Amino acid sequence: MTATPTLTRLLAGPPSKAGAEHLEAHRARLGKLPPAGDRREIIPILEASGLLGRGGAAFPVGRKWRVVAERSQGDAVVVVNGAEGEPRSAKDRVLMVSRPHLVLDGALVAADAVGATEIVLYVGIEHRDAHRVINRALGEREPELRGRVRLVAAPVGYVAGEATAVVHFLNTGDARPTFLEQRPHEAGVGGRPTLVQNVESLAYAALIARHGDAWYRSAGRGQTRGTALVTVSGAVPRPGVREIEYGMTIGEIATLAGITGRDASAVLVGGYFGGWATLDEVLERPLDPADRAPDRLGFGCGVVSFAGPDTCGVRATAEIMTFMAGESAAQCGPCVFGLAAIAEATRRLANGAAADDDLERIDRWAGQVQGRGACHHPDGAIGLLRSARAVFADEFARHQARGRCSVAHAAVA
Amino acid sequence: MNSQILWFATRGAGIVSLLLFTAVVVLGVMTSVRWQARQWPRFLTAEVHRSIALLSVVFLAIHIVTAVVDPYASLGWISAIVPFASSYRPLWLGLGVVSVDLLAAVIVTSLLRVRVGRRAWRAVHWTAYASWPLALAHGIGTGSDASAAWMIGIDAACIFAVVTAVTWRLLAGRPSADLPAVVAAIGRGSSREPGALR
Amino acid sequence: MVDVLRLDPIRCDGYGMCAELLPELITPDDWGYPVIAPGPIPDRLLDHARRAVDVCPVLALRLRRAPAARRPAPVSTPAGASGR
Repeated sequence: MTATPTLTRLLAGPPSKAGAEHLEAHRARLGKLPPAGDRREIIPILEASGLLGRGGAAFPVGRKWRVVAERSQGDAVVVVNGAEGEPRSAKDRVLMVSRPHLVLDGALVAADAVGATEIVLYVGIEHRDAHRVINRALGEREPELRGRVRLVAAPVGYVAGEATAVVHFLNTGDARPTFLEQRPHEAGVGGRPTLVQNVESLAYAALIARHGDAWYRSAGRGQTRGTALVTVSGAVPRPGVREIEYGMTIGEIATLAGITGRDASAVLVGGYFGGWATLDEVLERPLDPADRAPDRLGFGCGVVSFAGPDTCGVRATAEIMTFMAGESAAQCGPCVFGLAAIAEATRRLANGAAADDDLERIDRWAGQVQGRGACHHPDGAIGLLRSARAVFADEFARHQARGRCSVAHAAVA
Repeated sequence: MNSQILWFATRGAGIVSLLLFTAVVVLGVMTSVRWQARQWPRFLTAEVHRSIALLSVVFLAIHIVTAVVDPYASLGWISAIVPFASSYRPLWLGLGVVSVDLLAAVIVTSLLRVRVGRRAWRAVHWTAYASWPLALAHGIGTGSDASAAWMIGIDAACIFAVVTAVTWRLLAGRPSADLPAVVAAIGRGSSREPGALR
Repeated sequence: MVDVLRLDPIRCDGYGMCAELLPELITPDDWGYPVIAPGPIPDRLLDHARRAVDVCPVLALRLRRAPAARRPAPVSTPAGASGR
């Protein structure tokens, strides 16, 4: 399998090792943004481009901006979502640290398009480099920003980046998701129409504002056009964030990351909101949000994490389910108790101490948890659990029978 | 109306109000601790609590109206609403007025629950725990039957019922599940970022 | 337009009174929280549904009007944790 060179757009320019790109270099490379008046016309261009959101839901960006613009009376709010609470994702912070001005460009374009007078940069408090770089970038652009932009530290936590949680935090300091009748685009920060958009989505919008929708659509191998950032991790010689064309296959990504032969047996696609797959079965599968294969791999937030043959799938599942249970916002009974029960049972399974009906109960609880929270956190966890149950079926059966695991591993705490 | 009849009505309605109010408090506690028995489901406790509460308002109204219109007692309407404004035993009567004022807030916020919001509703509802002893004190301080053996017996029974209920409530701790504690307990066992895939 | 039951899972505290009053449509899960059957409420159960909504001590259950022939809700494309 030959490696296909990746197309770089966001990551074009100096390598990320070179650090943050300063304003002058950014303008020298890309030219200035179109004037503010023209930016108001961007929404149909975004819609024509087919740009999809990069936060995990792949919602069409143009439509999202239109919906906010329609409700805005010049008082909308743009929230730049750089929370990145997904543990195996690094793309947002890499983007913020190396191309802060591209992100800021996107925020300004969005603000003019939806009629917003306020821009909030919501960056995970643990991403210290990103905070430092963005602060400096804001300083470089102050005259143009006219005090409309503020940088806010998002709390640590998996659900802190969920749209209603973001709005809730900005309104009350509480980063837990809410269950209100009104969605953020209707009434969000301060009760005003609010656009919550991922940093990568905004960066692409900034490029489309300069180069147009035809340019954007010129990349991409399948139905979904354009390029996207992925974070490759796990049992790979060359992990890291890369920009790929939509439609690149998982096999090609594996090769890019340096995997040869039997290095990896399973792959986690999309993050903890995504699912596992047996690597051999998905080598030819394109990474494309439009690819709706029945086993629900999806694209999610672009995490592609490879597991070596010495990874116990049951153990990995136990660790991830424990993490997800611990990251619950603790507001809804089924999520709290369901994920806790599943986490405990998978830990027992992993440690070879399963009760007779543990596997059966895990499957029953999965059905009782799905769709019964105020946000989609439990749904993501259950989706991941179900894919693990399918991909690692043999391992689970062996562990339920309290037989020896095919992989030697330490007990899960 | 004959002052004697009004006076009997005031006392009678007052005593019935106290008994009903006591029952309401006990049922309220039973609702919040989620008590149930084989033939007595939880919803029944909640519904009976509300029904008796509304019934007690009727008797309370009779108690207040008959007292105010009674020419012998010479109370104006003001003294029924503003505490400690009466000329007759202002302190003891006033306690009853405070009790009724609190109760009025509880009833109104409960009828308008949907608009008031949970936190405000709860805060006002908790003042019922203050309203009850005030009603009891009012009865003991102003009641003409207070020193009669049967009245002392009634007062004692009501006190016993409420003290038992409140103790039960305190011992039950937090009847609703402590979700944050369950999640925090998990958090302590897991690492923030599960081990890298091997 | 039909009537549907809508539960606020954050307000819900597992009192279980709704399940007692409307067992045809509401069953408790392993932890006492209500699992509500989706879809419109049959006419014969409407009064029971209203009573269930009324009894909830925390106002977690509501009756809502919804358009009758509804497209089924899209299979949740869950919100990514990185935000959108």
